[in-house]
Amino acid sequence: MPDTPPSLTREDVAHLADLARIDLSDAELDHLAPQLSVILESVASIQGVAGDDVPPTSHPIPMTNVFREDVVVPGLTAEQALAGAPAVEEQRFSVPRILGDEQ
Amino acid sequence: MSATTDWTRRTAAELADALAAGEVTSVELTQAHLDRIAAVDGDAASGVHAFLHVDAEGALEQARASDARRAAGAPLHPLDGVPIAVKDVLATTGLPTTCGSRALEGWIPPYDATVVSKLKAAGLPILGKTNMDEFAMGSSTEHSAYGPTRNPWDLTRIPGGSGGGSAAAVAAYEAPLAIGTDTGGSIRQPGAVTGTVGVKPTYGAVSRYGLVALANSLDQVGPVTRTVLDSALLQDLIGGHDPRDSTSIPQDLPSLVEAARQGAAGDLSGLKVGIVQELSGEGWQPGVKARFDETVALLVKAGAEVVEVSCPNIVHAIAAYYLVLPAECSSNLAKFDAMRYGVRVLPEGVESPSAEEVMRASRDVGFGDEVKRRIIIGTYALSSGYYDAYYGQAQKIRTLISRDFAAAFEQVDVLVSPTAPTTAFKLGEKLDDPLAMYAGDLATIPANLAGIPGISVPAGLADEDGLPVGFQVLAPAMADDRVYRVGAAVEALLAQEWGGALLAQAPELEEVAR
Repeated sequence: MPDTPPSLTREDVAHLADLARIDLSDAELDHLAPQLSVILESVASIQGVAGDDVPPTSHPIPMTNVFREDVVVPGLTAEQALAGAPAVEEQRFSVPRILGDEQ
Repeated sequence: MSATTDWTRRTAAELADALAAGEVTSVELTQAHLDRIAAVDGDAASGVHAFLHVDAEGALEQARASDARRAAGAPLHPLDGVPIAVKDVLATTGLPTTCGSRALEGWIPPYDATVVSKLKAAGLPILGKTNMDEFAMGSSTEHSAYGPTRNPWDLTRIPGGSGGGSAAAVAAYEAPLAIGTDTGGSIRQPGAVTGTVGVKPTYGAVSRYGLVALANSLDQVGPVTRTVLDSALLQDLIGGHDPRDSTSIPQDLPSLVEAARQGAAGDLSGLKVGIVQELSGEGWQPGVKARFDETVALLVKAGAEVVEVSCPNIVHAIAAYYLVLPAECSSNLAKFDAMRYGVRVLPEGVESPSAEEVMRASRDVGFGDEVKRRIIIGTYALSSGYYDAYYGQAQKIRTLISRDFAAAFEQVDVLVSPTAPTTAFKLGEKLDDPLAMYAGDLATIPANLAGIPGISVPAGLADEDGLPVGFQVLAPAMADDRVYRVGAAVEALLAQEWGGALLAQAPELEEVAR
């Protein structure tokens, strides 16, 4: 658990936006970074409230291994699936190049 | 047009009766609501702006089919032919589904949400899609990329959010029924500030298939109406198990229409009601507190036993929620990568950009400030090294809040509170102050964290501003019938005091210039 009060620097926000795959302009960073720091400081109040003996709740209704009947139901046609695509080529999603990145 | 022939002023239950009695056709009803939309809805610049898309042609076609079924003596459902509006976060074939975001501008889904399929299978003409905060993130509908919705009580004020469009549509008589979704209060808080009824069902009671997820473990679809009975009719229709939603509860709820009718008789003898101390309205807007206290006094008069109960961990609810939600939404919204659907934006000045560069540019242009804030907070909360301190703690607080509710429901049948700490605030007032906006969700968030059902019914107008106040009733999971019973009782008792519905006191809307 971090010991110091949380804060987010402009660089932190730029890094997080990078992880989240969002280009943020300098103006956006200037605008959002202070707001995010205030939000984080506020939600950090929950640190230490619940002890180790409290189990986490990921979901309000405990359910495991939910299966439906194994029956064939109609799916989308290729035309339907591609209808909202930004670009289509030969009945496929056409995407920008995916190789050659440094990352 | 005289009041007796203005079909837009009738409740959905009354419209169903009129259709059954042959007093009106679905085409007449649907046209009356389309005319009303054309008269008052306007656009981003003026009017109520409850709708992002109006489907006049499709609705009238569905209405004609409904009239043909009824003429043949084979209506599909009591609500067959009664028009409805749907929040723009539910997938609809043939109709755009934008979630209030630029990222999905113009997207037409290839399938219907289960709730939408059920509406179609029951014969309800769909008038159009209603405005909302982008991806349901917000409490004012100001975060819509297409401009805000305005509160029909005062067009300079917010209609609540995220489902301000659905609430404003029913409050402005543009639709008798609407579908909303509630992740932290997005059905109930708009209901409170527009003087309408909204219900967040038990988590899992209504299918989420085809609902564009904000936070999977919190989202729930529910009814937005002007009366409790209408909400019951609608939830009875849209609820039930769906094999396409793995979080759908495989049992049926008791009849909610029956519960609403029972409650409307106004007798609450034997009912134990708990006031949640932490949400009792102390320090909130005085008019909110006053209407709440009066409503509680009415419950006592109707025979209910009222006690105070404590849910101490509710004080941590907002912080826990604003970690769980960003964590889930940062993960959910990762699918908007501009590859298979949605808006694709090429980065400026980059020759032969990579898929990742296109994704970054598309998400920058496609998402608004609030969505970016929450994705970034969520990304932080899920980062290695911070996970236990933030997301892990928030999940534990969910457990503590659920335990608080479980203990309270051992003492009482239902819990009550004001729905929101204030009446509708001015447009723009909190737009750039996220924490102030979040604070307004205090009373509605706990039900989402615990998965329990809640209703908001009108409790009157605050003295200081003459704006609607909401009264919230919460019940244990699967006991949705209790919120309908108590909600209908409150509605009936208050209608006696007011001599009619609260909405009858709303100012008449001026027609927008066309």
